[in-house]
Amino acid sequence: MAKWAALMSAIVWGSGQVYNKQPVKGLFFFLIQLFMIGIEFGTGTMRLMMGHVPPHPRNAGLFTRGLWGITTLGEIPRESAAVTVFDHSTMLMLTGLLAISILLAFLVFWQWNVRDAYKVRKAMEQKREVDNTRSWFKKLMHDSFEYIAITPGLVFVVLFSLIPIFFAFAVAFTNYNMNNIPPRHLVEWVGFGTFIEVLTNPLWNQTLVRVGLWTIAWAFGATFFAFTVGFLQALLINSRFVRYPKFWRGMFILPWAIPGLVSQMLFRNFFVTHGVINRILIHIGLIDVPITFYAYASWSRAILFIVHTWLGFAWFMVMITGVMTTLNPETYEAASIDGANAWQQFKSLTLPTIFAAISPLLIMNVAGNFNNFGMVYFITGGGPRNPAMFFAGDTDLLITWVYSLTLDNRMYNFASVMSTFIFLAIAGVSTWNLLRTRAFKED
Amino acid sequence: MVGSKRKKEFNLPNFLAWLGVHINLIVMAIIILYPVLWLIGSAINPIRGTPGAVMADNFHTFIPIPRAPSLASFQRLFDDHNFGTWYRNSLIIAIINTVGTILVHTFMGYVFARLQFRGRKAGLLSIMVLNMFPSFLAMVAIYSIFLTFGWLDNIYALALLYIGGGIPGTMWLMRGYMLNIPKSLDEAAYIDGATKMQVFTKVIFPLSKPIITFIGFGAFMGPWMDFIFPRLLLRSTENHTIAIGLFELAGLGDPINMDITAYTAAALIIAVPFGIIFFIFQKYFALGIAAGANKGE
Repeated sequence: MAKWAALMSAIVWGSGQVYNKQPVKGLFFFLIQLFMIGIEFGTGTMRLMMGHVPPHPRNAGLFTRGLWGITTLGEIPRESAAVTVFDHSTMLMLTGLLAISILLAFLVFWQWNVRDAYKVRKAMEQKREVDNTRSWFKKLMHDSFEYIAITPGLVFVVLFSLIPIFFAFAVAFTNYNMNNIPPRHLVEWVGFGTFIEVLTNPLWNQTLVRVGLWTIAWAFGATFFAFTVGFLQALLINSRFVRYPKFWRGMFILPWAIPGLVSQMLFRNFFVTHGVINRILIHIGLIDVPITFYAYASWSRAILFIVHTWLGFAWFMVMITGVMTTLNPETYEAASIDGANAWQQFKSLTLPTIFAAISPLLIMNVAGNFNNFGMVYFITGGGPRNPAMFFAGDTDLLITWVYSLTLDNRMYNFASVMSTFIFLAIAGVSTWNLLRTRAFKED
Repeated sequence: MVGSKRKKEFNLPNFLAWLGVHINLIVMAIIILYPVLWLIGSAINPIRGTPGAVMADNFHTFIPIPRAPSLASFQRLFDDHNFGTWYRNSLIIAIINTVGTILVHTFMGYVFARLQFRGRKAGLLSIMVLNMFPSFLAMVAIYSIFLTFGWLDNIYALALLYIGGGIPGTMWLMRGYMLNIPKSLDEAAYIDGATKMQVFTKVIFPLSKPIITFIGFGAFMGPWMDFIFPRLLLRSTENHTIAIGLFELAGLGDPINMDITAYTAAALIIAVPFGIIFFIFQKYFALGIAAGANKGE
């Protein structure tokens, strides 16, 4: 019976294959199961069974400890240094995620083993020809190239992308913050408590709304100014009045060639109280006392836009110049024969072509500015601090706010709730956008 | 704009337009060049103080050239600050990241661009979603992972993080480029009896050199200027990287470490090679953007 073979393999891997008279293949699957059990025993269960450590899940192997850990998040806090047996909640959570990832990988092999036993038995019963073990292995070697090839990449992705993201989501459902830092305290699951707090507490949700609105205004505004200035310079340098366009273009590219972080930190020092700008303004006689730029929200925001334009316009200038070389002179001649003046030509020929070519870059730029960490963190530091907002300043973007919530204020659970909101917003828009594209449908 | 010939005789509207264009260009040139000249001028200024104090030592407020230029600030980078150590750490991380990225990511790109296997579409979709999740949002988790594995304050582990974190992004670029290589080349190789591995090493890899150069270049440059993760994961001063060092020198960290002229000196040491490489690799930038645009087409 095919079902019996499947059931046997489901319990002892490979036993169904032995029943199907394919002992070598059976051994292959059994070794995989043995490897899985070996991990569990080797990482603790063995010592526990031999009585070297008290019988408790915290002393068990990776899988038991991980699954116990992620459900309970530990039982004993380390209230003082004298406590030697204790649980570290976040480490346990991570162990749990690691255990689940490895178990999922084994699950793939398990279902493969069960299916194989079922299929082969079925074929035998129906008197169809069955691949012999040798050709099965040969085929396996050939077909598994893809899987073996992506395994190193997959391990990296799981360890450095997937597990961290699930951990971040998980933290959103706990009380992990400055009041509960393990191992001194235990972290507990609190369900949607933090989400409810963020949505109902006016201080929190007003901060979220204000920071969110400024982030949107910043992303579009910054792109708009850089694009406008870049566009204008591209047009002017390309005009018939300029004798050496390459010279000017080469000079104007300079800000793009300097690493952003270097310029951002430099400009921070331009606008400090005893900085370059104040000194120049005093020298000209415009002011007598230095302006404390970073103390005012409006100044701080203006500085960000100015510096971003300085850094970013060259990129647009180069891209637009590139598009302009593709404009066909004959179209313009035809247009002037038809009596279109320069402005009409510009409006109906130049602008549409440039917008069509540049719009994907504009979208990329806006998306990049949403997360433009360095611009805000290095120049204004998110300031000036605003007491009406929760751990946020008037120029804080979502990214810098989450960063300071995490690193400076250790509000891990709140930062994770924010990250979840941000992720849902980004993922929703992008998935919708992706599913519309031709490439994905055809793929 | 695509112009008729320049007219010889004087014409007032034309002259005004010419004047307007050139006033704009000169004002822009001053705005662009002044900070750059200030950076260079301050690097050869020996004074250690606020930006204002540094300027007081210049010829004139508008001319950022010190009265007594010297290389004292460069000297201080090595004597008072740990510039050599920062540089070495950043270099090690950058090299590991470049090698790892080229090996791992190219292979991933090849498999996802060229081979058909079960789970391929699911894999592509999940990598797409992962790519949308800004890595900084998982900071707490990455900190915890490093804590659990005992990797905190270890530059090699940080390099591994860069290799892993980069996969979702670069794999798309790589795949987008490889999709444009004609499939008939692979098929011809298969007919000649090549294995999938040989198709990769003999056909796809050589033909992908431009994008591999671009990605390898990005992998090398990226870690120098990344601030978020070194700040989070590297604590002891002997493990600091260039970005952290610059942050301290620019007065954004501990005020005691602030040294604006040393900052400009360090910035020059970093920015000059960056600028040169930038101008050499300029054509690859357009390529990267094209490959990036290709993914969503």
